[in-house]
Amino acid sequence: MMSPRAASWLQATPFAIIMTGLVIVPLAMIFAVSFMDYGFAEIIPEFYLGNWTDIFRSDLAVATYATVLRQAFIVWGVTLLLGFTIAYYLIYHVRSNFWRAIFLAACAIPFWTSGPIRMISWVPLLGREGLVNQALMGLNLIDEPISWLLYSEFSVIVVYINMLTMAMVGPIANSMAKISPAVVQAARDQGATEWQVITEVIIPLIKPGIAVGTIFIVTAVMGDGFLVRAMSGNQVNTPAVAIMNEINAFQFPPAAAKSVVLLVVVMAFVGVLLRLVDIRKELAR
Amino acid sequence: MLNRRPLSYYLLSTFFAAFLLFLYGPMICVYLLSFQGPEGGMSFPMRGFSLVWFETLFSAQGRGVGDLHNSFFRSIRLGLIVALLTMLIGVAAGMSFRRKYPGSNFVFYSAIASMVVPGIFVGFGISLTLRLLGLRPDWWYSGIGAQLTWSLPFAMLIMFIILGRLDKSYEEAATDLGASSAQRFQYVILPLILPGVIGIIMAGFTSSYEESARAGLNIGTGNTMPMELTGLLGAATTPVMFAVGTLTTLFMFSIVIATLLVSGSIAKRRQLRLTAH
Repeated sequence: MMSPRAASWLQATPFAIIMTGLVIVPLAMIFAVSFMDYGFAEIIPEFYLGNWTDIFRSDLAVATYATVLRQAFIVWGVTLLLGFTIAYYLIYHVRSNFWRAIFLAACAIPFWTSGPIRMISWVPLLGREGLVNQALMGLNLIDEPISWLLYSEFSVIVVYINMLTMAMVGPIANSMAKISPAVVQAARDQGATEWQVITEVIIPLIKPGIAVGTIFIVTAVMGDGFLVRAMSGNQVNTPAVAIMNEINAFQFPPAAAKSVVLLVVVMAFVGVLLRLVDIRKELAR
Repeated sequence: MLNRRPLSYYLLSTFFAAFLLFLYGPMICVYLLSFQGPEGGMSFPMRGFSLVWFETLFSAQGRGVGDLHNSFFRSIRLGLIVALLTMLIGVAAGMSFRRKYPGSNFVFYSAIASMVVPGIFVGFGISLTLRLLGLRPDWWYSGIGAQLTWSLPFAMLIMFIILGRLDKSYEEAATDLGASSAQRFQYVILPLILPGVIGIIMAGFTSSYEESARAGLNIGTGNTMPMELTGLLGAATTPVMFAVGTLTTLFMFSIVIATLLVSGSIAKRRQLRLTAH
């Protein structure tokens, strides 16, 4: 008879091997390679700090970090506002479980279309001949099509918001559903207005949900290069795009150094948020 | 409900409707424009109504569709294997969490880390490791492995949630009646967590089918569907990509419906068995 502890270890071993061998070791490898020299399409295993000094010496590289931080901040702010409003509506205004399930399913269905197709789907809307420009011209609000609607930072942010709002709705709605109705009712009985219930009761209690949603949004925006490339028509440069370009050019050590900087920023951020919320407890609740 | 709805209800309903429009608007454009006439372009108006873009997609000289057919089947193959492995490894790891053991926190937080680390870094790291080991990436080991780093954390979270809700008294009853641990799993736990297990298979398949940041550098030769589509985006000038969108959405739709039907029939059969006794 196997001891319970040995049984647990055996059950977790394949999982732990994959996480160690394919996540932790590779991330450590990025760190190691960031200190190595490189030639054409090869990594020279000699200590070299140039990859690091290049990042901080170049205004262009520093600007890419400013760009992605700005994007993450805007997308976070908008998805938080949208996500909170939608979650609040679904939990506190939709009264039947049936309709709540239908509405949530309705929000999920568009995501069955694959990502790249969802990106190109904005061409008929935001393009020069797209519906938005056609409508604005039809209303005589503009004389010629607005060109910055598509292939610009604007379209990058719109598509981020479109793709990520549900990642904020989910955790917030989950936190809201756990608030005991008696608490809200007690506040109402004491004469609190709807707005007071929101600000004094609900928001303080859904902080874990906001933290988890924020983690989803910020890591998605900071680490994405595909969406930025496609939606900006290669006109907006973020660190992830720069890293992808360097990888494609076989310049691995500088790509590794840029990756470490971005990873440290992302993980420090996640670490701070995880201090505010115990995920393991949240899940088991 | 007898009490009157407050004004905020109507405002928020309008807001929610607008949000649904924001989600569905682009998708409806894709579905409509995939039936664009032969003269039509990627924007409205519709110039006629035809199936010509679907024909282009399947005809031998289909321009602008690259290697989509093969990449579709590569993605399906990859997705099925990843789904199966995710289920086996994820359920096992999930079961391990039912006891406290040294190292359980490591397993849990390594999965959380894998979930929050942006995919390109995991993919890049794996490809660097292979390169330094002198290995050539290929779909059947590094491709699958890279995608497991993405699908397994979700499997673990699903297991966490369903096992957290599992009533331990069923199991204790089985133990009291002399069930071995294997019997306990087969006859008590598995039937109870089966809907969650189907959810894990589904999550494994879809996360693989959609994923390219991790697998991209480690798949070897031969693109998967999302990689091929991303490559075709920049050069797209005709509605043929919209036809791809309509067809792949129908494909996903049928998979989801099939999963729901299977889960539904399992639940029904269990209900019948319970009432029979």
